[in-house]
Amino acid sequence: MPRRFSSNSSNDTPSNSPSFSSASGKGGTAIKAPTVKSNRLSQFFSVSPKSKSEPQTAQAALQAASGTSQPNTSSPPISSASLSLPTISLSTATADNPNMDELPTTLFQPPTPEEARRLAKQHAQFGPIGHASHRYSSRHPGGVFPEPVMDEPPYYYLLTTYISYLILIAFGHVRDFFGKRFREENYRHLKPRNGYGALNSDFDNFYVRRLKLRINDCFERPVTGVPGRTITLIDRATDDHNHHFYLTGTTTDTLNLSSYNYLGFAQSEGPCADIAEESIRKYGITSPSTRAEVGTQDLHVEVEDLVARFAGKEASMVFSMGFGTNANIFPALVSKGCLLISDELNHASIRFGARLSGASIAMFKHNDMKDLEIKLREAISQGQPRTHRPWKKILVVVEGLYSMEGSMCNLPGLVALKHQYKFNLFVDEAHSIGAIGPKGRGVCDFFSIPTSEVDVLMGTLTKSFGANGGYIAADKVMIDKLRATDSGIFFGEAPAPAILTQISSALRIICGELVPGQGEERLQRLAFNSRYLRLGLKRLGFIVYGHDDSPIIPVLLFNPAKMPAFSHEMLRRKISVVVVGYPATPLVSSRARFCVSAAHTKEDLDRVLTACDEIGNVLQLKFSTGIAGGAFPPTEELAPPPEMEKEWHRKRSDQMTPPRWRVEDVIRRGVQDVQSPLY
Amino acid sequence: MDLQETQRLVSEYLHELANLFHRVPGSAIFLRYVKSSYQDDPIRSAVELFLFLFAVRYLLAPKYSTKPGVVPLSDDEIDDLVDEWTPEPLVGSPTTLEEMEVDKRTVIVGPVGPKSKLANGRTVTNLGSYNFYNFNTNEALKEKAIQTLRNYGVGPCGPRGFYGTQDVHLKTEADVASFLGTAACIIYSQAFSTISSVIPAFSKRGDIIVADKGVSFAIRKGIQISRSIVRWYEHNDMEDLERVLAKVTKEQARKPLTRRFIITEGLFESHGDMVDLPKIIELRLKYKFRLILDETWSFGVLGRTGRGITEHQNVDAAEVDMIVGSLAGPLVAGGGFCAGSEEIVHHQRISASAYTFSAALPALLSTTASATINILQTNPETVSQLREYTKAMRAQLDPRSDWVYCTSAPENPILILVIKPEVVATKKLSPSDQQFLLQDVVDECLANGVLITRLKTLEDNFEPKQVVPPSLKVCVTVGLTKKEIEKAGTTIRHAITKVMSKRR
Repeated sequence: MPRRFSSNSSNDTPSNSPSFSSASGKGGTAIKAPTVKSNRLSQFFSVSPKSKSEPQTAQAALQAASGTSQPNTSSPPISSASLSLPTISLSTATADNPNMDELPTTLFQPPTPEEARRLAKQHAQFGPIGHASHRYSSRHPGGVFPEPVMDEPPYYYLLTTYISYLILIAFGHVRDFFGKRFREENYRHLKPRNGYGALNSDFDNFYVRRLKLRINDCFERPVTGVPGRTITLIDRATDDHNHHFYLTGTTTDTLNLSSYNYLGFAQSEGPCADIAEESIRKYGITSPSTRAEVGTQDLHVEVEDLVARFAGKEASMVFSMGFGTNANIFPALVSKGCLLISDELNHASIRFGARLSGASIAMFKHNDMKDLEIKLREAISQGQPRTHRPWKKILVVVEGLYSMEGSMCNLPGLVALKHQYKFNLFVDEAHSIGAIGPKGRGVCDFFSIPTSEVDVLMGTLTKSFGANGGYIAADKVMIDKLRATDSGIFFGEAPAPAILTQISSALRIICGELVPGQGEERLQRLAFNSRYLRLGLKRLGFIVYGHDDSPIIPVLLFNPAKMPAFSHEMLRRKISVVVVGYPATPLVSSRARFCVSAAHTKEDLDRVLTACDEIGNVLQLKFSTGIAGGAFPPTEELAPPPEMEKEWHRKRSDQMTPPRWRVEDVIRRGVQDVQSPLY
Repeated sequence: MDLQETQRLVSEYLHELANLFHRVPGSAIFLRYVKSSYQDDPIRSAVELFLFLFAVRYLLAPKYSTKPGVVPLSDDEIDDLVDEWTPEPLVGSPTTLEEMEVDKRTVIVGPVGPKSKLANGRTVTNLGSYNFYNFNTNEALKEKAIQTLRNYGVGPCGPRGFYGTQDVHLKTEADVASFLGTAACIIYSQAFSTISSVIPAFSKRGDIIVADKGVSFAIRKGIQISRSIVRWYEHNDMEDLERVLAKVTKEQARKPLTRRFIITEGLFESHGDMVDLPKIIELRLKYKFRLILDETWSFGVLGRTGRGITEHQNVDAAEVDMIVGSLAGPLVAGGGFCAGSEEIVHHQRISASAYTFSAALPALLSTTASATINILQTNPETVSQLREYTKAMRAQLDPRSDWVYCTSAPENPILILVIKPEVVATKKLSPSDQQFLLQDVVDECLANGVLITRLKTLEDNFEPKQVVPPSLKVCVTVGLTKKEIEKAGTTIRHAITKVMSKRR
């Protein structure tokens, strides 16, 4: 990465602080990344007075050395701003494209207003990396996969949560009592009328009407533009208590911690968008037919091959909707006389498909391999109910990464059980594909388990790849049969060309075929960002669920009233977050959910941490006990030998002091500490 | 001495115990109660003691399964059973019909237009896509889609509830609602998944659904997952519908009032014929049923401006409770919609699973839908041109062929061609024979430069099984000239004759 030396080559580098304001980023963009090799040597010796700290220089040198063997020595950064950017560069500089012949500039030119606007837009979608150390590669080190430690709040918070719900329900009933008498028109759809049954059940509707309505302004917030690093909310207001909203005509730019934009491919410019635009020009807008009829184009075949290769399977099928992919696949896999064992927290689409399949359904406790084993032993030994005939097949269905918990499936445990009990394994990688693993290839990649151990890999193309739809990847024989039995192929509309090219270009970038280096940067930045924010929140004293490397970070709020409060406070600080409560989570554990993206910079996450710190103090959200990590730095002698780690933790948890770091310390120590385990 | 010692110790312990017992708060009351009850009624005390002991035993008893028919087995036995168990392969080997399905897949290279290039390099007349108005290659629409792409990116990266609601979605919803003349509308991200989620959002266990026997696969899935009580009426038979409605009303007279729905299609996916909407409206009002109308194949096609069957048969769209349709086919966008009253739409936003749990529709497809609706509204001549072409194509096929007849309504640009029953009888054709024969027809047409397709059907696990006759599917497009349409029609007719007469 020779561009790192660009700072060295300049003699006066006024801004060399590790933290970067976007302004300095913009300023430096036109002049960076010298790619001429002859410069490298001279740069090496012309050490700038404020050179980087030792490890980076070493790392950079290493990379530069290894880079010589590659045809393209400089892997371009995703966006232009690199590290400490000089204001005046005496060396060469290039524009964004590294392959372009660089124009030697001698003096700093301030960007034109147009250029500045373009960059501002670009950075609003994908932030430039602040520092070379803001990278990490997520991989399971091997051995037993630890359960995430579930911290619990003091009983006071649980008690007040229950009381809150009681109060809400009591108020709801009182309002219903009077409402049904004095405001009858609002209850029309809940009562039988003119001989028609009630449109909705009064009881089922109670939660929506009396609880959710109160916080409706936190959901379905309309947005516009690209859901990238930032997202533009369209402001709205209500004057009938959240029944209806009207748009006020203004917009708010917020930092986006809500979209499933893991690798930051939600962009309206850059290679993906260019290729997508080209495909619209060439192919038209859509392929107006179903896949089985005449809706298959060369693009579909190409994307299916790419997806199969990426997922590590022989063949794949792509669909135009992720929900539909799951809803339609199960009837083609299992039927009456088969048993489907599903994790209790599996997504609604899996339940939908499982119910349609006609197979018997059993559930096991979330990620609990012991419970699964008990269920398997019982199922195999007892056979089908009443007849005791053996089950035709047993299909265990899990998700790679759970979207509400942030936890990953215990794939090593599942594979061990699979060898023993001969069931088939279906992994839904809706959230994990692209987001997990050193190469972004999902949980198999993360655990270094061959994909042949999993029979069917399903995933969505909506999340990491910024497109839409879903895929099924499996052996070729299996896919060939499924092509003739899956209803999504028969009746679902074929994915549109622009979406397919977005998928293929995103996949190519991740694999390094397109714009080499960028895919790796995205993956490593996502992994770094995930760990950085998670560690920071733990240190601040929040209860955070899920595994270390998961880009989904749920922060527990507990009391229902804290959901809207948290959402509003975050919005006031121009950060958009998702809050979820019952029924998407258990009644007590309402939470806010952060979805980290590779498009975020460390400064963005520091902003989030600072905001969380303030809000956490006001809303009393810092109630972790410290057992889930984030403790104060241990003194030297306390570092445990790896094999004793568990015991050591147990021992320590007795005298654990709850972590309540100052936010400055969190930010100061964060970058170096994410490299070690977060517990 | 030993005895005395023990006695002393025992009494000491007893004393200690009594002391402890007295120190427990409320012990005096308990004692008084036991004493007095024993004096008054010793039997009662005995019964109470027995109950107490029983409760203790019950609580201490080991857990047992309440499932019937569980055979208790030892761990070794279970291990043996686990070793013995050999599951079937997850996916079986394909049948010959399924193999053909995959082998004969058409792959189009390049854009889908009235003339499309195939993977083998030949350019053929495309009568297989739903590209009725040839919007797919419309430059203005492409420009608009690119513009959206440059403002919104491709995917919305989230479900509608969590920052996936883009302003373009709101606009498309408003556009569809005002186009149809309903109060509100909600859009889904796939047409096929729309109705399978709309039905279970409203019709729950214990509710009643009266449905046409010929409804599409998606509707059947929706009905299946709703777990409601289903009554079927003969395909498009209004008398049978009335009979079923009367019967249901009579059966349910004494029971508490539940939701009742009639579910049918505007133009039927598997048969191509049209529903008699005014009659259905009359019956639904008479028997007080709600109507869910699937306009997947009629929206954008029927009526003067393509508003669908309500416009075609002069019915107020507000008379239909839910109109479900597709933005994917002729409108060349993607996704589906459900239009209805505000309450109906609002309810789906939280309880229709394909809406709540799915990512939103890509913005560029949403704006395309808005744009095509606008084109249809402003250019009704396109719609009438399509109808004219359909007539021309039909004239080439239906009355002139000895082998097949067309089950589609005259206005339907999708011509469903079924082998005549007498042909099936004389040649003794099983349904799978017919499928192979029709595939030969498709291949023959392709050899002569016309791309058509078979009607693809899938058998499901929902009783009663649906019987859809194997058929050919010909889609008309205004992207061709009338002459080309007629010529393609002749080619198809000749191909049918050639293949059918060869078979004995």
